[in-house]
Amino acid sequence: MESKISVKNLDFFYGSNQALYDISLEIPEREVIAFIGPSGCGKSTFLRTLNRMNDTIAIARVDGSVVIDGRNIYAPGTDVVALRRKVGMVFQKSNPFPKSIFENVAYGIRINGIHSNKADLEERVEKALRNAALWDEVKDRLNSSAFGLSGGQQQRLCIARALAVQPEVVLMDEPASALDPIATQKIEELVVELKRDYTIVIVTHNMQQAARVSDRTAFFMLGKLVEFNPTQKMFTNPDEKLTEDYITGRFG
Amino acid sequence: MERRIIDQQLDLLRDKILLLGGATEAALNRAMESLVERDSQLAQKVLDDDQIIDQMELEIDRMSIEILALQQPAAHDLRFVISVAKITPILERIADHASNIARAALVINTEPQLKNYIEFPMMAQTAAEMLRAALDAFTSEDAQTSREVIKRDKEIDAAYKRVFNELLEMMIADPSLTTGAAHLLFVAKHLERIGDYVTDICELNVYLTEAAFIKHSK
Repeated sequence: MESKISVKNLDFFYGSNQALYDISLEIPEREVIAFIGPSGCGKSTFLRTLNRMNDTIAIARVDGSVVIDGRNIYAPGTDVVALRRKVGMVFQKSNPFPKSIFENVAYGIRINGIHSNKADLEERVEKALRNAALWDEVKDRLNSSAFGLSGGQQQRLCIARALAVQPEVVLMDEPASALDPIATQKIEELVVELKRDYTIVIVTHNMQQAARVSDRTAFFMLGKLVEFNPTQKMFTNPDEKLTEDYITGRFG
Repeated sequence: MERRIIDQQLDLLRDKILLLGGATEAALNRAMESLVERDSQLAQKVLDDDQIIDQMELEIDRMSIEILALQQPAAHDLRFVISVAKITPILERIADHASNIARAALVINTEPQLKNYIEFPMMAQTAAEMLRAALDAFTSEDAQTSREVIKRDKEIDAAYKRVFNELLEMMIADPSLTTGAAHLLFVAKHLERIGDYVTDICELNVYLTEAAFIKHSK
């Protein structure tokens, strides 16, 4: 198994509080990996260690290594901006910029200087919107405000924005938790679709969602990785009793 | 451990399939008794009771589907519901075989007794024991016992071969016995099939307990 991301003995601290304990796991390329676990189990914190999003927290500290494509992203001299371009992120609450639909997607392309000319820029925006399964719904109103879109469309716009800068990994933190079932289904179909080109890590509280979209599932509890297995195994015959108790709702 | 909404429904489902198992066992035992004791009234009762078993099957089907749709069970819960949903029609089919034996008894009981029924009660007893053990192993989730029960199917198969040859010789020697002997042949075949069905139940027990598919794995 060729790992895209290889995490070894990762500890994470908020000041003196340890939030993650000795996490090791291998994420293969072009798979969907779901992180599940109760609130406060560390799954979102762990997700954010994969593109150093926790760097923005002053008291955060990391031990251990996260190796992506053979390079430890916590090694001194790592270009964090380049890292976050390569490892994009979509958040729980859609957060479009107060700009037009077009500009939301074009923004990252522009500031990263990815495009060669205007036509190329337009082409890249269209491609990103198509990849996010949003193009057909917005192609006639690209210059309208992004705030005029529905919640589900806004979230797909954020996915398009993340895809526009050509990431290799997309981290998604509860991307569908605020959406209705139809919008959720679209996001889920999109996740499965995107797997062809991207490695996707998705944090979700919705166990059925993890079961539906992911190839492998990691179950976290109290900052520890309890079990990491193919999703099909996790949901039919998990190795750990803790996993079984969690996915079958036996936790009090 | 917290009591969940699904637990109540799974308990109910367990009760229902055990009731069906009990009714199936009773049907088999009564059918064989109706044959051995030449009790046509009892044979008729087996036939009459079969529709109760059919209703039980439908009820369990409905419950299983409802739990799958509304509770979305996972892991052991899921394996339990799937096992119940697959064992239920097997039990119903065993009961159908019992009915067919009862039907044969109604004919055979009007003919002169062909022979001492020695092999038949033995086959039937083995089948009944296997069925009871399989249902107990389902309840206690005992994969080991289930595997042992599967091995006993050979006993029934061997007895079937002996009975088959014996009845065949009988028919050749005295063609006037053909009607009775032919019906007895069917009875033997029904018992042999029941052994196969119990094997299927035991395989599902192993799936329930160990999440292992042992069917077709010889």
